[in-house]
Amino acid sequence: MTSVTQSTREVTPTPTPEHPVNKARERIGDRVFSGLATGSGVTILLILAMVAGFLLVQAFPALATSPAELEAKGYGQFWSWILPFAWGTVYASFWALLMAVPVAIGIALFISHYAPRRLASSLGYVIDLLAAVPSVVFGLWGSMVLAPAVQPLYLWLNTYLGWIPFFSGQPSGTGRTLLTASIVLAVMILPIITSLSREVFLQTPVLHQEAALALGATRWEMIKMAVLPFGRAGIVSSVMLGLGRALGETMAVAMVLSGAPVITLEILTSQNPNTIAAVIAQNFPEAYGLKTNQLIAGGLTLFVITLVVNSIARLIVSRYKEFSGAN
Amino acid sequence: MTALSTTTDKVNPLTAGQLPAYVTWAALAGALIVGGLLDTTLLSGFDPGTTAFAAAVIYLPVIYLLSRAVEGRRRAADRLATNLVAGAFLLALLPLISLLWETLSTGLPRFDAKFFSWSMRNVIGAGGGAIHALYGTLIVTGIATLISVPIGLMTAIYLVEYGRGALARGITFFVDVMTGIPSIVAGLFAYALMAIVFGPGTINGLAGSLALSVLMIPIVVRATEELLRIVPNELREASYALGVPKWRTIISVVLPTSISGIVSGVILAIARIIGETAPLMIAAGFTNSINTNPFANPMMTLPVYVYDQYAHPGVQREFYTERAWAGALTLIVLVMVLNLIGRFIAQRFAPKTGR
Repeated sequence: MTSVTQSTREVTPTPTPEHPVNKARERIGDRVFSGLATGSGVTILLILAMVAGFLLVQAFPALATSPAELEAKGYGQFWSWILPFAWGTVYASFWALLMAVPVAIGIALFISHYAPRRLASSLGYVIDLLAAVPSVVFGLWGSMVLAPAVQPLYLWLNTYLGWIPFFSGQPSGTGRTLLTASIVLAVMILPIITSLSREVFLQTPVLHQEAALALGATRWEMIKMAVLPFGRAGIVSSVMLGLGRALGETMAVAMVLSGAPVITLEILTSQNPNTIAAVIAQNFPEAYGLKTNQLIAGGLTLFVITLVVNSIARLIVSRYKEFSGAN
Repeated sequence: MTALSTTTDKVNPLTAGQLPAYVTWAALAGALIVGGLLDTTLLSGFDPGTTAFAAAVIYLPVIYLLSRAVEGRRRAADRLATNLVAGAFLLALLPLISLLWETLSTGLPRFDAKFFSWSMRNVIGAGGGAIHALYGTLIVTGIATLISVPIGLMTAIYLVEYGRGALARGITFFVDVMTGIPSIVAGLFAYALMAIVFGPGTINGLAGSLALSVLMIPIVVRATEELLRIVPNELREASYALGVPKWRTIISVVLPTSISGIVSGVILAIARIIGETAPLMIAAGFTNSINTNPFANPMMTLPVYVYDQYAHPGVQREFYTERAWAGALTLIVLVMVLNLIGRFIAQRFAPKTGR
């Protein structure tokens, strides 16, 4: 350990020229190499600044043009344009989380505490396979396989549970609704939530678990008393990361949903709110002029939303790390 | 009388008050049969999905009530939790199996030689292939890798070997932030960059590579950083003790020790970004012809090809759908092969830790 600190002293110029004997020779290679390494790190900060900066510059025309002019050209005011899609983004992610979180935590528990030890890692690999499937394939599957398969279920929900606002309205004949998109999103964020909470569950102190079992707790009681409380922060942050992924996911929604600019609670009709990312993907290739700027401004909004969500998740993770001393 | 009671009423004290193991399987089989019968008679014909669902709905309360009657409330809750947790795992397998099966069965008919030798130039309806998209994917992903690996690797070295204080903490935080950038925002960034530097509407392969780099760099940093951190400090110290400068230590001791992990991390990162669609749609665009010049004109890539075949079909829809699935199959095969290679390298060439 001491030699490591000594070697870092070699690199950093120490402000003590009165002891030249102790100071090692400055090497050109060291300076170049550390410069390259630091430069790469700074490059990453630069890239992130550029992402924000260039998006701002390109979004500026859509934000700065007077509302009257935007209205006249048929684009609509930016905030009233983006609002339904922002709603759709949040709403679709909400349903995705609602479906994914219980299942993901169940899978994580299954792999960490229920499955036979020897199988556990390969079962984890199977779930990771879901993360490896490209999103465009998920989109294809969602619109051509899942949507027709769940459409009868939607009819049933609408007929018998139509009094619940979510399931009311005229159900879609194709099954390509917001709920289908949310199911696909849920499948896509499953592996993220699973792998993170699995790791947290595995970190639960063995002594806590054995103490619970020794007191006569069943396995489920042990999990309730020892594993889940220990992993609470980890679960929350993994859910936030899953939310960040769901908010920004594009292709699955763009291919499943033919959305409309509406704000509604209904999730089974063919008039569903689109998400920001899907709107950009569907309209960008044909866009020109101010429309491009408007879409980029939409992307900027999405960027800000996901940035906030992810930062909160990371803050929880880092605080939790300090608290548990897990690393 | 006495002889009879000793043989039949003999209770094993270890298993008393427990449901025998076969009850679980019997209940499960019974639930499956009843579910299947219900499905075929009441609902619209036999369907494995509906049957499984009906069986689960029957099985869970039955086994819970049985267990509650024999074993008590706490054991019953434990059983229920076990079943639900295992059920969650099986539930997650459903979409995976369905997706892989559908891709295989629908994609295989067009997964032929023509698919890998033809482009879509002047193809309407049947025929055609994805060679232009394959070229595009290889070029765009290749350039993205060339950009991301040096930056990612050097940043990881900085974080592990040099990083102290606010800058290192800031970079760690912003790498995490970068991991969460939505892929479409990366595409918009590349588009905006090109529009500002080369004029509006500049769409080419390089822009696609830049977009992918934004997504790939944080993955490479994360993977590499983890591996550099597990290189034992003793190795570094031994090298310093021999008077080797720090940069030589990194290049000839630290990196060779972790090179297999780094290579596998890079391959896994490529597998992650090779399926990205949205950023390439925006930055690299659509074309039906082969374009091997990343600096001019739109360049088709495989994921965008799949989307294009699906979203813009001609009159005879089935041909376009077939091609879309064949493209999806190609993508999945590519990703799986990359994943396998990555994992193989990581396992096969892992450094001997000596323990």
